[in-house]
Amino acid sequence: MTEKIEVNHVGDDNSDYLLRVEGLKKYFPIKTGLFNKTTGHVKAVDDISFNIRKGETFGIVGESGSGKTTLGRTILRLLDPTEGKIIFNGKDMAELKQTELRRTRKDMQMVFQDPYSSLNPRMRVEELIEEPMIIHSDDPQDVRKKRVKKLLDTVGLSGDAARKYPHEFSGGQRQRIGIARALAINPKLIIADEPVSALDVSVQSQVLNLLSDLQEEFNLTYLFIAHDLSVVKHISDRIGVMYLGKMMELGPKDTLYEKPLHPYTEALFSAIPIPDPHLEKERIILEGDIPSPSNPPTGCVFQTRCPYAFDKCRIETPIQKEVDGERLVSCHLYEDAQ
Amino acid sequence: MGEFLTKLRKDKIGIVGLIGVLLILVIGILAPVISPHDPTHTFNEHRLESPSSKFIFGTDDLGRDIFSRIIYGARVSLTVGLISVGIGAGFGLLFGLLAGYFKGWVDNVIMRIMDVLFAFPDLLLALAVVAILGPNLTNTMIAIGIVFIPVFTRLVRSTVITVKEMDYVSNAMSVGASNLRIIAKHITPNILAPFLVQVTLALSSAILTEAALSFLGLGIQPPDPSWGSMLNTSRRFMELAPWTAIFPTIFIVVTIFSFNLLGDSLRDLLDPRVKKE
Repeated sequence: MTEKIEVNHVGDDNSDYLLRVEGLKKYFPIKTGLFNKTTGHVKAVDDISFNIRKGETFGIVGESGSGKTTLGRTILRLLDPTEGKIIFNGKDMAELKQTELRRTRKDMQMVFQDPYSSLNPRMRVEELIEEPMIIHSDDPQDVRKKRVKKLLDTVGLSGDAARKYPHEFSGGQRQRIGIARALAINPKLIIADEPVSALDVSVQSQVLNLLSDLQEEFNLTYLFIAHDLSVVKHISDRIGVMYLGKMMELGPKDTLYEKPLHPYTEALFSAIPIPDPHLEKERIILEGDIPSPSNPPTGCVFQTRCPYAFDKCRIETPIQKEVDGERLVSCHLYEDAQ
Repeated sequence: MGEFLTKLRKDKIGIVGLIGVLLILVIGILAPVISPHDPTHTFNEHRLESPSSKFIFGTDDLGRDIFSRIIYGARVSLTVGLISVGIGAGFGLLFGLLAGYFKGWVDNVIMRIMDVLFAFPDLLLALAVVAILGPNLTNTMIAIGIVFIPVFTRLVRSTVITVKEMDYVSNAMSVGASNLRIIAKHITPNILAPFLVQVTLALSSAILTEAALSFLGLGIQPPDPSWGSMLNTSRRFMELAPWTAIFPTIFIVVTIFSFNLLGDSLRDLLDPRVKKE
C-alpha cells in the first residue's frame, strides 16, 4: 500500500472521501393489532459506519437478509434513515429536504438488481436514458438525443436500440440500459445493488468489465453490493462484510481474502469454490440459519453460529476495532490485538 | 397496440361485443339519418298500433314511432353512459392516484369519504342525488357519475399501491424525478389496463342505471326519449301492446350484453397473467 489509509476516523475532514457514513441505522417498525401499535423493530441496518474514497470501489457482501440492499437504498435516501449521518460531498443526505435531495441525487445514481422490473415497460429506451437529463439539465432536445446515442454506444448497444421498448432486450442488454440511464447526468457515485446477480454467468463478466471500464473512463466511485464473493473480489478495492445489519469486518480486498479476521468472514470465504479438484479444502460449515433481525441475539449478533463464541460474546456487543492499521473488525477475539 | 389488435381479432366473443358496441354507437350518432319519424311527433290516429311497414316497431300510447324513439334513446343512453363514466373515472383516477401515492392522511381522508359513498346501494345513491338536484339529463349524469367515483377510486388506489413498489418507480425517484413526474410518467401509464377494463364495464352499468332512473321517472323527462322511460309508460299497456315493452327491452339487453362482452374480453387481453394460452 503506497498511500496511507485512514479508516473510520469519524470527524476528520478528509476531502479524499466522497461518502462518509456514520452510525447509520434503519429500523422498520413492526405494527400489529387493530390500532397499528408498534410492537418491535426490524433492525435492517444497525449502526454502520464506513467511508468511500473518490474513485474506489467499495464492496459490500453478506447473505440475504443481512441488510445490504437496505443500506444502499438508505444511502440514496430512497428510505429515510432512522439515525446517523450520510455525508456525501460535504452535505448530510440524511437532513436534506425533498427539493434539495432531488438536486443532490444528480451526483449519486443507482443501478438496480433486477433489470426486468427496474425499467418502466411503457417508456422507450431513449426516453429512459433521457429522463435524468430532462430533470437535471437545460440542454435542448437535440443535445440530449445526441447524448443518448453516445451513452448507448458507451455501454455497447447500437443506436437503433433508442426507439425500442425494454421488453425487446435480454437481461444483460437491459442492465446496460440501466447503466446508461445511471450515467446520463455524470454522477460521482454509483450505488450498484447486486447489478449482475440476475444475469447469466457469461453475461455477468461482460457487465462487470463494462462497469470497470466506465469507472476508468468517467472517474466513478462505486458502492458495489453483492452476495457473490467472487464477483465482489473481482471488482472491489475494499470490502465490508455485513451480517444481520451490522458491519462485521472491513478492509482492503487482498488482505481480507488472504487472512480473514472475523469468524464470520472466515466461514463465508471458506465457501468460495476453488477450481482445483486435488486441493483439499477445509470448509467451515455454519450451524443454523441467520437469526431474525426483529429479534437479534444478545451480545454479538453472530454468537449463535460462531464456532469460537465464549461467554463475553453472549453478553457484550463488540465494538469496531482497528487491526493492522487499515482493517476494522467487530469481534471480542481481537480485543487485545492492538 | 398492434399485438393487442391481433389478439382481439382471435377473440370471437370480444369481436361480438365490439360489433354490438359499434352498432349502438353508429345508431346513436346517425339517429337523425336512420329514424323515419320525429321521435316526439304524435300520430294521433295511430295510437298503440302494432308493428307495420310504416311503424316497424309499432307506436306508443300517444302515437309516437317506437323505432325512432329507440334510436334517439340510444343517443341518450350513450351520452349518459360516456359522460357519467367520464365524471366517475376522472375523479376516481385523481383521488385514487392521490390516495395510493401519498398514503398517510390524504389516503385516510379520501378513502373514508369513499367508504361512506360505498355504504349506499348504487341506485339509492343516484336517486338521492337526483332528488336533491332535480330530475333532468344533466343531473342524471352527475348522479350516476358520483356513484362511480368510489368504484374507480378504490380500483386506482389499489393498483397504484402495487405499481409504486415496482423498482422502476424507485429508479425514477433515484434519478431525482418529482412526484408529479413519477405519477404522470411512471405510475399512470402502468395502471391503465385495469382502469380501461373498469371503464367498459362501468359504461354498461351506467346505461342500466340511467334506464332504471328513467323507469322510476327520475331520469330523462318526457317527451325526450329514453329506453327506461319508454318501459315505464309501457307498463300500463303491456298486455294490450307488448311491442311497447319488448323493443326497448331488447335494446337495453343487447347494449349491456355487448359492453359486458367487450369488457370481459378486454380484461383477458390486458391481463399479462393470461397472456399465454
